[in-house]
Amino acid sequence: MEGMVMRPLRGGALLRRNFLTCLSSWKAPPRIPRSSQSEALLNIANNGLPYAPLQTFTEEEMMLKRTVERFAQEQIAPLVLTMDENSKVEKSVIQGLFQHGLMGIEIDTIYGGTGASFFSSVLAIEELAKVDASVALFCDLQNTLINTLIMKHGTEEQKATYLTKLATEEIGSFCLSEAGAGSDSFSLKTRADKKGDYFVINGSKMWISHAEYAGLFLVMANVDPTRGYKGITCFLVDRGTEGLHIGKPENKLGLRASCTCPLTFDNVKVPEANVLGQIGHGYKYAIGMLNKGRVGIAAQMLGLAQGCFDYTIPYIKERVQFGTRLFDFQGLQHQVAHVATQLEAARLLTYNAARLAEAGRPFIKEASMAKYYASEIAGRTTSKCIDWMGGAGYVKAYPVEKYFRDAKIGTIYEGTSNIQLNTIAKHIDAEY
Amino acid sequence: MAELRALVAVKRVIDFAVKIRVKPDRTGVVTDGVKHSMNPFCEIAVEEAVRLKEKKLVKEIIAVSCGPAQCQETIRTALAMGADRGIHVEVPAAEADRLGPLQVARVLAKLAEKEKVDLVLLGKQAIDDDCNQTGQMTAGFLDWPQGTFASQVTLEGDKVKVEREIDGGLETLRLKLPAVVTADLRLNEPRYATLPNIMGAGPKASASGNGSADVAPMEAGCRRLGQGRPVNRGLPCAESQEEED
Repeated sequence: MEGMVMRPLRGGALLRRNFLTCLSSWKAPPRIPRSSQSEALLNIANNGLPYAPLQTFTEEEMMLKRTVERFAQEQIAPLVLTMDENSKVEKSVIQGLFQHGLMGIEIDTIYGGTGASFFSSVLAIEELAKVDASVALFCDLQNTLINTLIMKHGTEEQKATYLTKLATEEIGSFCLSEAGAGSDSFSLKTRADKKGDYFVINGSKMWISHAEYAGLFLVMANVDPTRGYKGITCFLVDRGTEGLHIGKPENKLGLRASCTCPLTFDNVKVPEANVLGQIGHGYKYAIGMLNKGRVGIAAQMLGLAQGCFDYTIPYIKERVQFGTRLFDFQGLQHQVAHVATQLEAARLLTYNAARLAEAGRPFIKEASMAKYYASEIAGRTTSKCIDWMGGAGYVKAYPVEKYFRDAKIGTIYEGTSNIQLNTIAKHIDAEY
Repeated sequence: MAELRALVAVKRVIDFAVKIRVKPDRTGVVTDGVKHSMNPFCEIAVEEAVRLKEKKLVKEIIAVSCGPAQCQETIRTALAMGADRGIHVEVPAAEADRLGPLQVARVLAKLAEKEKVDLVLLGKQAIDDDCNQTGQMTAGFLDWPQGTFASQVTLEGDKVKVEREIDGGLETLRLKLPAVVTADLRLNEPRYATLPNIMGAGPKASASGNGSADVAPMEAGCRRLGQGRPVNRGLPCAESQEEED
């Protein structure tokens, strides 16, 4: 069919027709598996009543999902291997994200954003993660953390200054964690001392994603340590502000294309106008926004696991040992079914948490459950996929080992699994 | 001189990357629950129309699709790429199976006259039936000149210069408008519908409504007698070695 030849010519990649088609390089666009086709269109005549299955999308959400899927397959997939090896994201990928409106999904159109729903962000993150979790992280952090904070707590002036840039060209970086403050983030030591109409920030941050590329930093610093965490305030700091030093990127196990750097603040002067929201309320903002952030990470882990699974199943359907397809061994079928069920459960948890958030209903417990579960099963799924692929799963020539490495961070960042369990238990306590 | 109006026909087909399965009763291929998208050559046609509009040579682009209700998705994609209006000629799902180039060409011809367009753009063929007939038949019904397999389209006043890819190489034609042009692979590289355009396509689509069936009666077209996989002749070919599942 002509169509088969056409797409790769466009993307510049070659479709190699090997005998075992699945062992062809992972730069070739994979087939669309039936498993990820269980979506239906929301029947608007139903007024969107929640009798529809969770995997029901509006037309816009469906189109968005399809477009991101194509963009990821054609523009990102060929670059994934090099980005991982060099620990560097390609400029064209970032530009593509901006051009397609993927960095300002929920930002209002008056600021140049896309004006879509939170669920659309979740779908976009999931689709991107199926191809590369690092790229999905760019989309996730920008939309669920940076944009949300400014949209919710920014003054009109701050919104006008930053939202358009964030939607079209500037990456934002969220700076909370420190060497001594990870899970216990509110014990952060970075100080912001008021000097006239300025605040002077001193301290250091660690594990800051995208610091190397960001133009805007949202820095959480304490204006009054005597008040404990009630002094934490959020500051908008532009790159290039004197005293702001960005350290060398970490050499990581996974998510290598997403750079993670330490930062130092050496008498960084920030005008009072750059305080986001109210002084001393930073901790509240951080907690509030991390709830949606959790759903975003759940989506990332979900996409990662699904992408890995989608790559592996065709392989085990083709590979033959002892005269039998691997997939025909019942032992393997049981493992596959087990993993697939977990994936489905993670998807439903994530989608439901997202829809709850959109509906304005309480969703913190569900968000924690989604993040905890999705990240845990992502680790298990990718590990199993390596098992099923055998030796091929262990080498860098195939993408499965990358999914495995990328998945590990899921149980750690944006609230470790232990923290999530704490949160869930706290809510259960309050319910009974 | 943006007075020209273009009609672009788009077809909803099974996505190129989907593994096609023949129905057990061998009357056709499985389409239920299978991912569909706009025919790649139709995408190229839409892209060409949008580029002409961006060069201010075309004033309005109307996207039209014939088929069941799901064709609305395809029209919306065209709107998201830059078309201005959409017309959906609704054909009930039961009859859609018998919809062939002849019927579609009749519809397009009627619509082209009704909407008074100057240029009809289509993909050269659909990737499901590979007919390569609709554009030519449409031109026949309209008695308009046609430039098929276009790899380059240039509007020159009241004429259109079409460079065609033919077996012997390249052929250049100059057609008097109104004309029918069908797009070949190398005409352009279609854009992605950006998210803002997708959101903007919503209001556009609702303004178009359905073109009604008074446009053309659907007579019984060809009837498919059977469909199956090609017989394995033992030749080294990756496609035929795939197992039927």
